[in-house]
Amino acid sequence: MDLRRFGFILLIIVVLFGAVVLVGRPMSSPVLIVTSMLATTIAVATPLTLGALSGVFCERAGVVNIGIEGMMLAAAFFGWIAAIYSFHIFSFGAGVSITMGVIFAILSGMLMSLLHAVLSITYKVDQIIGGTVINILAIGLTGFLDRQLFFGRGSVFGGQVPHSPGVLPTIHVPITELFSPLCGGLTNCLEVIRAINQVFDQKPVAISAILLVFLAHYVLFYTRWGLRTRAVGEHPKAADTVGINVIKMRYANVLIGGALAGLAGAYFTIESVPSFEPLLTNGRGFISLAAMIFGNWSPIGAWSAALVFGASQALNIKMQLFRDVIPEQWAILQNSYVVGLIPYILTMIILTGIIGRTIPPAADGVPYEK
Amino acid sequence: MTNNDIVLEAKGITKKFPGVLANDHVDFDLRRGEIHALLGENGAGKSTLMNILYGLYHPDEGEVIVEGKQMQLNSSRDAINHGIGMVHQHFMLIPVFTVTENIMLGAETDHRAAPNEAPLVKLDRTEVAQKVRALSHQYGLDVDPDALVGDLAVGVQQRVEIVKALYREANILILDEPTAVLTPQEAEDLFGIMHELTDKGVSIIFITHKLKEVLAIADRITVMRAGRVVGTTFPKESNEQKLAEMMVGREVILTVQKKPAQPKEDVLVVNDLRVKDVRGLEAVRGVSFAVRAGEVLGIAGVQGNGQTELAEALSGLRPTDGGRFAIDGRDLTGNPPRPITETGLANIPEDRQRHGLVLSYSIADNLVLCDYYRSPFGKRGIIQQKELDENAKKIVKAFDVRTPSPFTAAGKLSGGNQQKVIVARELSRPVKLLIASQPTRGLDVGSIEYIHKEIILMRDRGVAVLLVSAELDEIMSLSDRIAVMYRGEIVTTIDRKDATRERLGLLMAGVHEPA
Repeated sequence: MDLRRFGFILLIIVVLFGAVVLVGRPMSSPVLIVTSMLATTIAVATPLTLGALSGVFCERAGVVNIGIEGMMLAAAFFGWIAAIYSFHIFSFGAGVSITMGVIFAILSGMLMSLLHAVLSITYKVDQIIGGTVINILAIGLTGFLDRQLFFGRGSVFGGQVPHSPGVLPTIHVPITELFSPLCGGLTNCLEVIRAINQVFDQKPVAISAILLVFLAHYVLFYTRWGLRTRAVGEHPKAADTVGINVIKMRYANVLIGGALAGLAGAYFTIESVPSFEPLLTNGRGFISLAAMIFGNWSPIGAWSAALVFGASQALNIKMQLFRDVIPEQWAILQNSYVVGLIPYILTMIILTGIIGRTIPPAADGVPYEK
Repeated sequence: MTNNDIVLEAKGITKKFPGVLANDHVDFDLRRGEIHALLGENGAGKSTLMNILYGLYHPDEGEVIVEGKQMQLNSSRDAINHGIGMVHQHFMLIPVFTVTENIMLGAETDHRAAPNEAPLVKLDRTEVAQKVRALSHQYGLDVDPDALVGDLAVGVQQRVEIVKALYREANILILDEPTAVLTPQEAEDLFGIMHELTDKGVSIIFITHKLKEVLAIADRITVMRAGRVVGTTFPKESNEQKLAEMMVGREVILTVQKKPAQPKEDVLVVNDLRVKDVRGLEAVRGVSFAVRAGEVLGIAGVQGNGQTELAEALSGLRPTDGGRFAIDGRDLTGNPPRPITETGLANIPEDRQRHGLVLSYSIADNLVLCDYYRSPFGKRGIIQQKELDENAKKIVKAFDVRTPSPFTAAGKLSGGNQQKVIVARELSRPVKLLIASQPTRGLDVGSIEYIHKEIILMRDRGVAVLLVSAELDEIMSLSDRIAVMYRGEIVTTIDRKDATRERLGLLMAGVHEPA
């Protein structure tokens, strides 16, 4: 990533974190504010990170995927349904049910991406249209089934949303336990260590998102699979002439993208909040695409861009917390609608290319014909 | 080549495409260590035959025998694994990859094309780079394994393609139109490399339609026409005239026949013109010249010395950065293309597919791209379809455009016929100045003959012609005066009769002549 974009990311993060510290000072110490803001940022950046990774795999292989939003939404819904069915209908335990939720979220993401692959690779449909089809299909299908299953006359759950088996648990990283003896009883020191520990105590999807960023980076740039994937996205004919099966590579990468978008879907209904509502992804799939573009189609770049969007979302959450202590002249920060606009405004700024243009893979969006 | 050991043989190859018999019982063989040229016009079936040998197409009939064994070539992977390498006319290289990455692609862990058995195997770039270095040393092919391919000159990219084939242990090399994109100097270098390769036992199939090259380098020559092999001959027993006749099937006039020019008044006057290229660097650095009615001024020069930018500026497609130019006494500096066209400019652009035609439009529509808005084709903003159709039928006939119908999309035509459409459009208007940039690039002998004849015809009708070409032969045979461009400047302007290939070659390379 070039310096200009890295500088922009750093600047936005500093501004957002600075704002929270300034506003929240009367209620809490700067260290606590920064660490808790960081923890929230990482958590809420999860679906954006995974969505961006989904885009990276598809587009590096030459398939434009604007259907990430729809894949996430469908995955969020079907994952949630799978968890509820496992829990209530098949009477599995909560743990098993939640796991089933994650698995089915991933599978439904892949199923949606398979549709995209068939449309855009086999039938060479315009890939923007294909992605739009996915998005519309996901909105219609989840909205319809949601109503039919829970609210319709004679619906499975009799007009009532059943209790969900809950959400994925936080994984505790024993930083406090390991390092607190070093403090020798100093309360300030202990507080700082606990605060830092909070940043690392994340839930499984959030943790796997970060691991996947580095795994994706390794796969794309250091393995045979990555070299071939990128070749297929840059110059498929060249790949074909050295004996690489372009169609197979593209299918596989779009399915990988679908699985990643599916995992992002699981974040919403299995990890974050145990409920579904129509349109709950709320444009996160599209913001993921902006993160992917700003990150120059690279996993680590996309992740850092996703963190910026995550931070602006975290700002909104913190501002609601600090509502009562927000000074008069900053009253605008109380308005969650205004603050909620920040990610979308950032998206627009980034996509204008003011902060440096990025270059998509050369054959991105071009169907391959022998 | 005394060794008659046959390494590759194609017997009775037949390949049909819908409506076309691309290969009709073609026989072809290649001996060890020879350069066997395959000559033919565009559409003669050379590429089909090579794609069959490289496993990209499957023949309907016939067999391919490699090293005495009959082969099933179902994919390029099979061909590679049997030691066949191909350098495509449009390079199969990925610009954003390094040389090493391009070479190892598809053969990441071993020398031949491996199936995708261990997708997550780690790439060993260092090891491959070392092998690339060793290969380039062994065959005298200078390439830097760590360079990005997109940063390399075309000639170097071609060397990368050759190393790519050698890395796969190819001993049969198919070179498809390898000199089409090279400067004369780069082509010379390539011939040196080809000899180096054959000395080391590699056998080469050299596909081309350039007669001079064939005679200069081939050991044997096979000529194809309309899907069939016309004959096989040796350079010693042949000459350009004979080969051209074999290719085209009729007598071809290779040297342009023309009367001495009778130049009259200045039509195009260029004064200290400066033009920047896409990157904002000065590409044309203050050139001044004039072209008179009834003469051809040829601009010679190696590609990329400002000729493209000069032609674009004069046709209004690129802003000027200083200086002036006038056509027919009218200063047109800074004007958009339309007033320039209306003053009487005919423009045959360098890139016929991007700037000459709208490929998805019909021939009829392409023929009125300059005139659609005015009578008789446009009346009060409405296109007169009937006029368009009639115009198209008339011109298709007059300029002998080979097409199923005047309403076929321009993109479906062969290169020669696409160029004819452009020439027809530009020259069927009242014209005072013709700018022809690389007018015959990539065209076959028959089409070249036709376009050259048209250009001389225009000259004799009193049109001023500015010819921009990287082909020395073209410059020499058409021009009345020759200006050599080097690094954005006109080094010198000489009379045709004072020009020799050697003198122009030196001037193009930037060698100053003693005053």
